[in-house]
Amino acid sequence: MAERVAGPEIERLIQLLARLPGLGPRSARRAALHLVRKREELLGPLADAMQVARERIATCPRCGNVDTSEPCTICRDGRRDPSLLVVVETVADLWALERSGAVSGRYHVLGGTLSPLDGVGPRELNLDPLPGRIAEEGVREVVIAVNATVDGQTTAHYITDLLQGTGVKITRLAHGVPVGGELDYLDEGTLAAALRQRTAF
Amino acid sequence: MEWRDEGLVIGARRHGESAVILEAMTREHGRHFGLVRNGRSRALAPTLQPGNTVSLAWRARLDEHLGAYQVEPIRSRAADVLADARALDGLNWLCALMRLIAEREPHADFYEAATVIADCLSAPAVARAPMVRFEMALLGALGFGLDLSRCAMTGARSGLAWVSPRTGRAVTAEAGAPWAERLLPLPAFLLDPGAAVCEADVAAGFRLTGHFLERDVLLPRGLSLIDARARFAGG
Repeated sequence: MAERVAGPEIERLIQLLARLPGLGPRSARRAALHLVRKREELLGPLADAMQVARERIATCPRCGNVDTSEPCTICRDGRRDPSLLVVVETVADLWALERSGAVSGRYHVLGGTLSPLDGVGPRELNLDPLPGRIAEEGVREVVIAVNATVDGQTTAHYITDLLQGTGVKITRLAHGVPVGGELDYLDEGTLAAALRQRTAF
Repeated sequence: MEWRDEGLVIGARRHGESAVILEAMTREHGRHFGLVRNGRSRALAPTLQPGNTVSLAWRARLDEHLGAYQVEPIRSRAADVLADARALDGLNWLCALMRLIAEREPHADFYEAATVIADCLSAPAVARAPMVRFEMALLGALGFGLDLSRCAMTGARSGLAWVSPRTGRAVTAEAGAPWAERLLPLPAFLLDPGAAVCEADVAAGFRLTGHFLERDVLLPRGLSLIDARARFAGG
């Protein structure tokens, strides 16, 4: 059995860091050592930031985003187009779309996708408030921005059925060739979808 | 331990940050799990969608281990059905049915049948009757087959029109007439593969198989018929 190289406090720090995505035991040890070395510049501020985040972060009751204010910054932003609502699976997807800078509207985070095979039904998702939001906020277009997977598209069709009769325009993200993608490396399903949904040039 | 086979992807669950545990219905090795390293990568994730046919190389130190798959695409079907809600329902239900089959028990016939159904899912109306036949065959394989060979009351081999919801045995139209309201209609295409199939027959077929699947297979396992089946059956 390997001997401990540090006290229990540092070992605990290494164990916790090793649980983070992208870090294994070895890289967690390196990160811990780095933090310990930069105690004043990094470890202290990081611990403070994490403490503040722990105390203040909440899930937005309106859209399901995570933020330190309720409603979240996006929901409170008066410059956003209230008639456009983008439905996403997770907060990570919301952040990805925000990075793109292409969304002028607001979001609705589902918290996952329907998966009949794994027993994830509509009750497990943040779907119930969606029709109400559309009516209350004067939404005219709902963009279903879910993954192009079987589960993602099953969810998209469910939402389409759910919103039938609300009169709202429902759109979804295009499926096809990614920017920088080479046709030779694409799977035939994506290629076929791209060809079916080709646009005039 | 090592083998090569082809399989139909039934599902893939995340394992760690980049790997997935793939569940596939293989031709010669039955329903089989295996770890796919980098299964969540951009290159592999589209291949591991349910409904796709893949080439599988499985390796493990011992036969009872989970083992690791190396996967190559053969036929991509998932992309063909993503835009069609009913086709997706059919695919979800087909995968759910295959999950009822015991692990690592070879069923080449089910593999072939599932592949045929998956191929025609993009036209859900065409896939419905084969799906009913698949459910019938599955009931048989799971030990709950219906006895459609002769009338339970008279022994007659022709004129079968009903099935008893209690025993799963066929009954002729005449013998079953007094209990017609309680019996399940038996569509002709389940007796004669060459018989013409209409929508009403398919609906009767789904009602018949649904009753026995739910009672004998799903409920004892704490499961129920998923909504996707009702939507797919209803068109």
